[in-house]
Parts: sequence; C-alpha cells; structure tokens
Amino acid sequence: MQNGQLITIQKLVKDYPVGRGHFRALEDINLTIGKGEFTGLVGPSGSGKTTLLNIVGSLDAPTQGDANVLGQSISSLNARQSAHLRNHHLGFIFQTYNLLPVYNVFENVELPLLLLKMAKNERRKLVDQALEWVGLQDKRQSRPAQLSGGECQRVSIARAMVKSPKIVLADEPTANLDAENSHNILQTMEKLNKDLKTTFIFATHDDKVIQYLHRKITLLDGKVAKDEQIVKQ
Amino acid sequence: MLSLKLAFRNLIGARLRTWLNVFVLSMAFVVIIWFKGVLNGWNEQARHDTIVWQIGGGQYWQGNYDPYDPFTIDDSHAPLPDLVQKAVEQGQMTPMLISQASMYPQGRIQSISLRGVDPNQKIIELPTIYLNTEGDDIPAIIGERTAKNSKLSVGDYVTVRWRDVNGTFDADEVKIVHVFKTDVPTMDLGIVWIPLEKHRAMVNMPNEATILTTSPESGFIGDIPGWEFKDYNFLLSEIREMIKTKSLGGYLMFIILMSLAMLAIFDTQVLSIFRRQKEIGTHIALGMTQRQVVALFTVEGAMHSILAAILAAIYGVPLLALQAKIGWSLPAGTDDFGLTIAEKIYPKYSLGLVLGTTLLVLITTTIVSYLPARRISKMEPTDAIRGKIQ
Repeated sequence: MQNGQLITIQKLVKDYPVGRGHFRALEDINLTIGKGEFTGLVGPSGSGKTTLLNIVGSLDAPTQGDANVLGQSISSLNARQSAHLRNHHLGFIFQTYNLLPVYNVFENVELPLLLLKMAKNERRKLVDQALEWVGLQDKRQSRPAQLSGGECQRVSIARAMVKSPKIVLADEPTANLDAENSHNILQTMEKLNKDLKTTFIFATHDDKVIQYLHRKITLLDGKVAKDEQIVKQ
Repeated sequence: MLSLKLAFRNLIGARLRTWLNVFVLSMAFVVIIWFKGVLNGWNEQARHDTIVWQIGGGQYWQGNYDPYDPFTIDDSHAPLPDLVQKAVEQGQMTPMLISQASMYPQGRIQSISLRGVDPNQKIIELPTIYLNTEGDDIPAIIGERTAKNSKLSVGDYVTVRWRDVNGTFDADEVKIVHVFKTDVPTMDLGIVWIPLEKHRAMVNMPNEATILTTSPESGFIGDIPGWEFKDYNFLLSEIREMIKTKSLGGYLMFIILMSLAMLAIFDTQVLSIFRRQKEIGTHIALGMTQRQVVALFTVEGAMHSILAAILAAIYGVPLLALQAKIGWSLPAGTDDFGLTIAEKIYPKYSLGLVLGTTLLVLITTTIVSYLPARRISKMEPTDAIRGKIQ
C-alpha cells in the first residue's frame, strides 16, 4: 500500500472472449482509492462498473495491467489467496442481496465469521452488533423470504460489515429498492463509513446513490471518463 | 468441520426436500439390512437343521458312494470295521444303509431310497424311535413331503420292492408308523426309513452300511480304510452355494433400491447446483474457494446418508427387532422347493452387517454427490453471483 492507498489500479485492461475475437470491457484504467472513501463507479450499463468491481474483489482477474488491493496484486493471487483476501478484508453487497434462503437472518450474517473460524461467543457478539447497526435485532430468526427487499438489503449490509472489512464493494445495492428503502440503506452505509472508516465502493447508475457519494468515478465504454470529488455541504 | 456444519445447516434448512430424500434412502437401509438379515437367518437355520437332522459331526461315506450317481448305490456298502463297531457301540457314530427300491402307493410306482437306520440312535434328530415296534410288520417312517407325494399316512401299508445284494428282487409291505416333519428335504423327499437290521436282512448285507454319521462331539475319529470322512465344509457346501445364489439375487434388489435412492440424491444435487448458483457465487464472494464449495455440496449430499441412517435407526431398529423376534412366515409350499428352509425364518443381524451397509451407502452417496458437484469448479464466480446459467 502506497501513501495510505488501499487500492491502486494501473493500466488495467479486461477483455472477454467473444467468438474468435474478444470484447474489451475495461481499457487503461488508472485509479487509486484510499482508506475511508465513499466512492462510486458510475456509468451506464455496459460501461465496465461491475467488471472493475469484480476485479477489485478478486472475483475476476485483469487481462493486462494490475490491480493492487491491500498490497496484493490481484493478477498474482491463486484461488486460495484470493479467497483469503475476500474472507478477511472484503465485504460484498449485491443487487439481489444473495442471502441464503435456508438460513435465518442471524445465520446469514454469521456465515462470514464461520468461514473465519471464529469462536461461537465472539460470533454471536459480532452478529448482534452488526444487526444493531442495520436495525434488525428483532428479525434474527426470520428467513429472507419473510423480509422486505429493504430488510434483505440491510441483512446483506450486516453480512458485509460483520467482520469489519477494510473495503466493502456494493454492486447496484439500491436497484431493487424503492426510494425510501434506498435512502435508508444508503444512510446506514454512510454512517458505517463515517463511524468505522470502512472504504465503500459502489457500482451504480442510480441517482439516489450518486447523491450520497463523496467521490464519483464515471466510466464510459470501459474507460474512466471523469473522476471527481464531491464536496458535501 | 466447517463443511459439515454448513452442510448440516443447509440440509436442515431445506426441510421437506431433504427429508424426502432421507426417507427414501432410509428405506434402502432398512430393506437392505432386513434382506441380508433374512439370508443370514436362513443360512444359520439351514446349517443348524442340516447338522442336527442329517450330518451330525460329519460323515464317513463308503468309498463308492456318490449321492449324485444312482449307479454307485448298489456298490456303496461295506461291512463295519472293528473300529467303527466300537465307535457305534460307544454312541460316537450311527450307521446307515442305503439301497434303491420302489414303492407302490395306491397302485402307482415310485422310486425311493430305502434307508436302514438304527432305531435307538440319538445322534441325529430323525425320530427313529418310532421304528422300535413289535410284530412282523416292517415299520417305516417317512417325511411329510413324501407322505404328501405318495398320499400315505400313519397306519397305511405300502408295497416296497427292492433288490438284494445278489440282484434278486423281493417285495413286502411296510407299515407307515410315523410321519415326521423336517426342514431338511434331503432327509425326506423320496426316502423311506426302516430299521437297520431289518434292512440288512432284506438286502442280505449283514453288518454293512453306506454312511456312518458321527456325533457332533466326536466328529472325525481317524482314518478308516475304504471310507472317506466328509466334514462340514464339504457337507454344507450345497447350502453355502444356495445362499450364495440367493445373495446374488438379493444384490439385484440392493442395486435397484440403491439406484432409486442414488438417483434421488443425484437429481437433488444437479437441481441444487442449477438452482443455487447465486448461493455458490455468494460462498465464493464470502471467502470460500471453489474447491471448498465442491466439498460443501459433496458433504451435503453425503450427509443425506447419515441422516438416513439415523432415521432408519429410529423406525428400522424396532421394526427389524420385532421381525427377528416373530420371524418371517414363508408362503405355504415353499418347503417343497427342495431347499432346506423353515416355515419361519428368523432374520439375524450383525454389527458388521449394519456397519457394512452404512459404509456402503455412505461411500455410494458421496460419489453420487461429488459427480455433479464437480461442475462448481468450472463455474465463473462472477456469473454464479448473478445466478447466470452456466
């Protein structure tokens, strides 16, 4: 990590094979993201937001160039090292929540801690704390099918935050929510960012999200078109 | 350990889907164990009955005797050597003389094996005591199967024709003094038992015998020139082969039952992997490697067999215990098939049988679960997260 930067992306290119040729999803991306940022990758569909988020999340690898996340080059990580990085330092929030339907709220939030092989008492303490952050203490035993979309996304936030990761990657977190729920969960995330200094990176084209961002990186056709800091009044 | 924990949580969470598979698999457990128990019980009963009714502690056969070659019967007799005579007097063995004959129940002709046996012998369970009669009649005992086939009953007289040692035909009437019931058809079917001395006199073979049956306590008493000792290994080989044949038939049933259960597990796994792609992607995003997810799904599938074993124990143990206590009644007429088989079979279960079956089902389930789970390692995590069909 250089100069307190959590993420350094240099000359990153991502191609996908299409037939005999390839489709270039990202081209010559150069970015740095620091601790405690509340940043959005903004742009229309197909602009490469999710692809970039996936590379930062070590779910995908660049074709050329490098993405250095928390001092580790994504290109050089093997499957185990990638999993270790995600397990210990990254949190994910998905558009469709991706909660496990057969687990209740408590179990869903507890899952990342189980993967960290944490002791039961500590797990319970951290899950309770995470549920308190998102205001779902009374829904511990509910299953995802019994929750509203907003509640599901709050469970998803709790799951991402329960292990206090350094970076949270949120892919279109409000796409399936109404305005009120969108604002609720964004306020929750903003508060967590402020209180815990967790770096949040969004991939979004939702104006409701954009108005909360402190930094907006606009992608167009796989390239960074604009990178602007937003001063909050 | 983590895979076990998560797999258990997933299975319990899946509720009805899990329990349907588990129930089918538990039935496979119970039926396989029951069927094997029945074969074991049958084997044990057949072995026991054959020993107590027919072979005692083993038999000495006259050198020419071959039960599968009727042409040897005429030459299969020899006088008892002194060693044998002493053993007979000490109750260590009992002689039996076999000759071919015909009987004419209600005017019909039937080939029979005429067998002379000591009425006072106590080595085998054949109720020879009934042959101790007074008077001029030739007493005979026959088994239920022979009685049924020849329509004879106690008190009936039937003409028997035989050939003596010189080849001279003779005939006389024998009186049926007792009809006995035995599970050993080779002591019954087509056999007429008469007193040994009477038989020796009829065929003019004084002090001769074909078979010497030893008591279970004495068994082999040494080499006897002109006689061959046949031990359990030889004398019970037919039962062994028969049970083996039945076991092979049973394996077909195992395969069908196991195939049904495994098909259910395989289908569930394939469906799970298709339906739960997002879940797979989520596990990877949360920090599992694809190999760990494959292990999780494999353990999840294999765990069906553990739950099935528990469920099978809950309803199977009392069911099988009850069956072992009250026995399994066979359909009427089964004993006419020529097999050593009791009217009721009492299944015998062993720890080895239960553990072996459990292990077999566990290994098969694990393999069947692993095969579709391998697909996970080929999935793109980014597509899996979105639930995109791959």
